[in-house]
Amino acid sequence: MIIDYVGVKEINGSLIVIDGVKDAFFDEVVDIRLDDGTVRKGRIVTMEGERIVVQVFEGTRSISLTNTRTRLTGHPMEMPMSPEIVGRVFNGSGEPIDGLGDVFPEKMCDINGSPINPVSRIYPQNYINTGISTIDTLMTLIRGQKLPIFSGSGMSHNELAVQIVRQAKIADGDGKDFVIVFAAMGVKNDVADYFKKSFEESGVLQRVVMFLNLANDPIIERILTPKCALATAEYLAFEQNKHVLVIMTDMTSYAEALREFSTSKGEIPGRKGFPGYLYSDFASLYERAGMVKGKTGSVTQIPILTMPNDDITHPIPDLTGYITEGQIVLDRGLQGQGIYPPVSVLPSLSRLMKDGIGKGFTREDHQALANQLFASYAKVMDARSLSSVIGEEELSAIDKKYIKFGKLFEDKFVNQGPKANRTIEQSLDLGWELLSHLPKNELDRVDDETLNAHYIENIEEKEAAQSESETAPQE
Amino acid sequence: MENQNVVYGINGPVVTVLKTKAFSMMEMVYVGEEKLVGEVITITDEMTTIQVYEETSGLKPGDPVVGTGAPMNVLLGPGIITNIFDGIERPLGAIAEKSGAFISKGVAVPSLDMDKEWDVTLKVKVGDKLTSGQIYATLPETPVIEHRLLVPPRVSGTVTSVKPNGKYRLMDCIVTLKLESGEDYELTLCQKWPIRTARPVKERLAPSIPLITGQRVIDTLFPVSKGGTAAVPGGFGTGKTMTQHQIAKWCDADIIVYVGCGERGNEMSQVLDEFSALIDPKNNRPMTDRTVLIANTSNMPVAAREASIYTGITLAEYYRDMGYDVAIMADSTSRWAEALREISGRLEEMPAEEGYPAYLPSRLAEFYERAGRVTPLCDGEGSVTIIGAVSPQGGDFSEPVTQNTKRFIRCFWALDKSLAYSRHYPAINWIGSYSEYFTDLDDWFVKNYGEEFIKCRNSISTILQEESSLMEIVKLIGADVLPDDQKLTIEIAKVIRVGYLQQNAFHPDDTYVTIEKQLLMMKTILHLYDRAKHLVSANIPISRVLEAGLFDKLLKMKYDIPNNKLEMFDEYIKEIDEKIAEITAVQS
Repeated sequence: MIIDYVGVKEINGSLIVIDGVKDAFFDEVVDIRLDDGTVRKGRIVTMEGERIVVQVFEGTRSISLTNTRTRLTGHPMEMPMSPEIVGRVFNGSGEPIDGLGDVFPEKMCDINGSPINPVSRIYPQNYINTGISTIDTLMTLIRGQKLPIFSGSGMSHNELAVQIVRQAKIADGDGKDFVIVFAAMGVKNDVADYFKKSFEESGVLQRVVMFLNLANDPIIERILTPKCALATAEYLAFEQNKHVLVIMTDMTSYAEALREFSTSKGEIPGRKGFPGYLYSDFASLYERAGMVKGKTGSVTQIPILTMPNDDITHPIPDLTGYITEGQIVLDRGLQGQGIYPPVSVLPSLSRLMKDGIGKGFTREDHQALANQLFASYAKVMDARSLSSVIGEEELSAIDKKYIKFGKLFEDKFVNQGPKANRTIEQSLDLGWELLSHLPKNELDRVDDETLNAHYIENIEEKEAAQSESETAPQE
Repeated sequence: MENQNVVYGINGPVVTVLKTKAFSMMEMVYVGEEKLVGEVITITDEMTTIQVYEETSGLKPGDPVVGTGAPMNVLLGPGIITNIFDGIERPLGAIAEKSGAFISKGVAVPSLDMDKEWDVTLKVKVGDKLTSGQIYATLPETPVIEHRLLVPPRVSGTVTSVKPNGKYRLMDCIVTLKLESGEDYELTLCQKWPIRTARPVKERLAPSIPLITGQRVIDTLFPVSKGGTAAVPGGFGTGKTMTQHQIAKWCDADIIVYVGCGERGNEMSQVLDEFSALIDPKNNRPMTDRTVLIANTSNMPVAAREASIYTGITLAEYYRDMGYDVAIMADSTSRWAEALREISGRLEEMPAEEGYPAYLPSRLAEFYERAGRVTPLCDGEGSVTIIGAVSPQGGDFSEPVTQNTKRFIRCFWALDKSLAYSRHYPAINWIGSYSEYFTDLDDWFVKNYGEEFIKCRNSISTILQEESSLMEIVKLIGADVLPDDQKLTIEIAKVIRVGYLQQNAFHPDDTYVTIEKQLLMMKTILHLYDRAKHLVSANIPISRVLEAGLFDKLLKMKYDIPNNKLEMFDEYIKEIDEKIAEITAVQS
């Protein structure tokens, strides 16, 4: 027997309270029919005996104490899945908005998923070539990894994400097992369009599943957006054996939606007003990346978040960094100098890199080179801060060399432009070439054998000679 | 059934039951049709509150709640080592077999393998008087760990029957005792113990033996004792987990309990892969033969995360009572504290600092105080060393978890962001870290390695202190203007920092270094310092000394001298003397 519960007892923000409900269960989805015929969906978030608190996805606007009929659906929040969802566009709560009609479900998936059993995970070791020197060499992306981009408003994180999508060789062979799931949370219409256009240009639009929750869409839907996207990704990866790259932007909007929702429930706030369970909530999203035994598919995540006021210690980037396996940090200073991608090398990191590079994956000398570049570039920073106090003239000879190396490193290695697609060999060789501008005994992170194999002696003379020989014939 | 208790309210992992007197505090209960495991956390005559260790979605008001009559406990017996559990001792391997790659709810799997037969050797005979903690049988649990079955605490009596040696399963009764009360008590291969109660010991011993980790910066500058407590705080990306892995792999404890508390799933699978691939040099067996893993990753239920720390320490105490040295790695205690905060928030308790409950310090103290080197009830000696990672928000050590942890630990390895950025690992900052075990351990070092070790260590730490104050000046005016003797301090400190403190976990020789090699390295560095100081005081410019390449050579000696060729250090000393003599000769 289907019972409609007429009216509500209390309305507060996006929450409604209904009394006298029998046989509901925690996390169940309800349909709320308004008098004007529209239907909204909601989810039970708290229960006390026969009183339930429902979170309404589309917001509570125009709901009164009497104009609703609520019906229990008997299932938790689910999304219809079928191989045909690739290429479709959905709203934040997983309903198609591309006018192509409903998805004919092969199966219904609980959008919350279940945690992957740690013993069933495969430790990710397959390296993804992105064609971007800084990422490939210094913070290598691995299939099954979650590697966020920490950015700020106005920086080129979207361009970088698009370039990764375009250049990344995620799937083996012809790449037909490669799918992108794109979740936009609270982004501007322009940004969503930019991504759509870029996917089109790079010819991957047919392989994208899009979830769009734009800046003016309800925040409750925003909380569901990444869950729908990840449920889709898991379905495609672990049941359809695809290699899925999930791009989620912008996690900051998601966290703010969560804060808004938590406040309206009257929960005790933690840091900066965010709920105390922000970490667990983030983890329940990010941890859905990975590979499992017995399946060939994989879920790789690139969440993008804009750090409020460029502050990396803000709770959002901070908690994200504790869960994800590294981070790519963008820097406003570099962006200002016209360097693209403006990757701030020192705070960036890939935790899974060490086992996915080197012999058999990239090249034997990769780890040594990366360590040395990090160490040397850190010294550049020391030299720069010294020179800002005493002036560049007063620096010792070796510090001047570091300043020069730093400039070259940023201009040639970090800066590569949105179209350049460098192979890993090119990137590594370039790294050695730049390091050769430093005296050999300064390179203390490399053992002698590797150093002798790659260090170019007297590079400056050679470069000078080369440029001379290039100009010579003109004389 | 009369008086059945039912669910009234549900809010995330917190479930309430109305008006019942059936439950006691911290009692373990089963909630709902799926028998989700929960624990009673508050009782009033109006309402009993239960935290549930599994996902509560799908639960209904009116579902049954059944008490077990006992506090939250774990099953202790053979089969723990090599296993991997979740926060409430459910074997993840067995769960995966039953429910696939994703963990589903209410999977009922016994903690330990009930069907496996163990090769038991009985150690008692009829008529023996047994007291609690006494060993009544042994069995080989893994090729390297002998499992000793102990009479449970608070049980003593006379043996009335004993089974012969042979193969037995976990629940088989192998010894029957007549208790003083006259009742019979059956001893099987296992026992239960509540996780929030420390197991009793005969007496606590002084922390006078170091836990050798093979990591130079720890063993030399900030040693931890067996039975000691240490905290590894650091922001993300500073290498907390890496440091913990290194210690787990190389430290000289008999058994490692690794608690992945609210950390990454991929990291746990890495631990699994690495530990089974890594061969312990001491006995040529894989590391897993002496390791227990507890994996409650960040997306697994938060209440089980809170319990995982206690489960870990209880397992550690059980093996300590058998006379083993156990080291427990808790990665990370901040996630555990956050689980406390999250549950406290759901209970609508009055928050203290940064939303953490006011009882955070007392819970931390309870945990860390369970470490110690002790005489267990069965005599002999055992220890539990706790090494807890702390993940301070924003890398700021003034936050409540770090500050409160500092009060209950005696060894603080502060990880430093700028060191990590320049890939100086382990990124333990030598200025901000400390160890209070120095005086306790000095006797041991003197006895085993002579006064010299202490002297070298003191010189090294003096040089580092001097350097740090000199760097203040250098930052302002540059290194060029310093007088030669101070330049020498800076140069030698660089050798110490890069050539000694920094250690490469991926280099076969450098990943683990014996105390003997550490001492020789320090001696060589200090020898060079001493010689060079003479030159400088004889007004020979320091640039001459640097040109000789000695400093660069020492920077790389950690790679160049293999661990089995320590006699090479003599050649280094000889070379230093020769080169220095050359310089002196040319100058005069």
